[in-house]
Amino acid sequence: MPSPDLSILIIDENRIRASIIEEGLREAGHARVAVIHDVNEVGRTIAETAPDVIVIDLENPKRDTLEHFFSLSRAIQRPIAMFVDRSDGATIEKAVEAGVSAYVVDGLKKERVKPILDMAVSRFNAFSRLTRELEEARSALEERKIIDQAKGILMKTRGLSEPDAYALLRKTAMNQNRRMVDIAQSLVTAASLLGP
Amino acid sequence: MSRPHITAGFLPLLDSALLVLAHEMGFAEAEGFTLGLTRESSWANIRDRTALGHFDISLMLAPMPIASSLGLTPIATPMIAPVMTGLGNNAITVSANLWKAMADAGAPGDLAAGPAGAALARVVRTGGKKLRFGVVHQTSSHNYELRYWLASSGIRPDLDVEIVVLPPPLLPEALGSGSLDGYCVGEPWNSVGVANHGARIATTKSSIWQSSPDKAIGMRSDWADRHPDWVAGIIRAIYRAGEWCQRDVHRQQAAEIMARPAYLDLPVDIVTRALTGQIDDGAHVTAIPDFFTPHAGAANFPWKSHALWYYSQMVRWGEAEASPANADRAAATFRPDLYRAALAGKGIALPAEDFRSSGDQAQRHAVPATNGTVELGPNRFFDGAVFDPARLDDYIAGQSSR
Repeated sequence: MPSPDLSILIIDENRIRASIIEEGLREAGHARVAVIHDVNEVGRTIAETAPDVIVIDLENPKRDTLEHFFSLSRAIQRPIAMFVDRSDGATIEKAVEAGVSAYVVDGLKKERVKPILDMAVSRFNAFSRLTRELEEARSALEERKIIDQAKGILMKTRGLSEPDAYALLRKTAMNQNRRMVDIAQSLVTAASLLGP
Repeated sequence: MSRPHITAGFLPLLDSALLVLAHEMGFAEAEGFTLGLTRESSWANIRDRTALGHFDISLMLAPMPIASSLGLTPIATPMIAPVMTGLGNNAITVSANLWKAMADAGAPGDLAAGPAGAALARVVRTGGKKLRFGVVHQTSSHNYELRYWLASSGIRPDLDVEIVVLPPPLLPEALGSGSLDGYCVGEPWNSVGVANHGARIATTKSSIWQSSPDKAIGMRSDWADRHPDWVAGIIRAIYRAGEWCQRDVHRQQAAEIMARPAYLDLPVDIVTRALTGQIDDGAHVTAIPDFFTPHAGAANFPWKSHALWYYSQMVRWGEAEASPANADRAAATFRPDLYRAALAGKGIALPAEDFRSSGDQAQRHAVPATNGTVELGPNRFFDGAVFDPARLDDYIAGQSSR
């Protein structure tokens, strides 16, 4: 069961990822979600939103800054913030692998926090997948451009139709046991060396 | 059987030199293991990923394994430090504006901790904006050193100034943009402040406390218990890397390796300064031969008394509770026994004692070794105090706080 009354603060320099997590938490019924992108704003935000749970990306070099802030806030009678649960090794492990860390206000029950961290972990993983797919799509586009260029060269120099030029590239790649884009790249390079 | 592959985390700091050299110069290989180095972005990640076992070992702030063993860290795990990565290598750097005020208040600009601290105290007393200093992590030599320097100069660290935490590579820019007035950090990040942000090095760790520890190779104690042979190999590889790096003829090569993109990713010139002890404070170059001591004077030996000094500072600044059990735990984190065992039978003079006083020797001096004597460097604190580990409670009781 989610705990909609909990106040959650997300600190992530990556704005897109931050909004993906925020959306997930809101969908799960959490109304009190705040997002900041710079740890330096944390003092004011903590005063305004009094978060029970703070989620931060592990890549953030300012984790040390944040932890120091917690240690100071203890002195001004704010509850101490801690890593989820010392005993729950598997949850911590999963979180670190996904690249996310959570701090929890002292005294908060583990059952109330776990769904939030699980959500953050799954959204972090989803974001990594998305980034990877985007990267793959981008390189696929690059590859198609090179293949198109190679096709153009074959069509021009050997008077082939487009399907025939494509078929020739494909056959050559298969015969040489290489990727089509590699064959196309060699052709484009050779053509540029040989001049117009 | 294939060679063990040992994973190691580090931060971009010159203090990672011995770990990097153990890998680059084949000292790890010679001990029969390979090192997989991962550059991390924060000390918090080094601490957590070592605690979780993502890294077998890490370059750590020397107080960090102690804090972990004392249960002060989020994933509290008993850790040990069986070998140190050198002495010194930090400095305190201030902004051009603050330096001007300090110079007007009588700072001579000779990098000596006493006069620089006295001038800063005069600046603080004249009022004006509360000065803000950066350190790299709470349980760090830098935090304790800066606070020690401030407190002994008559400045109350938690009241008269503000101390904030930022990772080392972000400190110079924070100073340049005016959000910090000064910082205490390991090299090369003082020299970067000087070179890129018009900063001024005010004093050095070697002047605040001579021959003082800074970083260690830290690891989980259960991992060390399971792999005693690997731990011995790590100690020897770091020892050999230190021996190699200590030689003046190797310092330039060490600087070139450390400057590479995989490590510091900085111009060689900047990296060379601390490695050769030619410190450009922003006005002139001063030769400080003991600025960084990678090996000489038993620099790799994990003195239990050093662990106790860190513990005394954790108590002083309200991080740890004073108790005999905590003192024992802190001392037990440093493992001179493993160090001696790993290097036994090689004709090396190893310190015979686990504890020694600090602040009582103004000159180089010999102490008993397993094999004759071993020479240590001077160990004075700039304020003349003496830390006698046998009188720990008195030392703690005599410290000012806040």
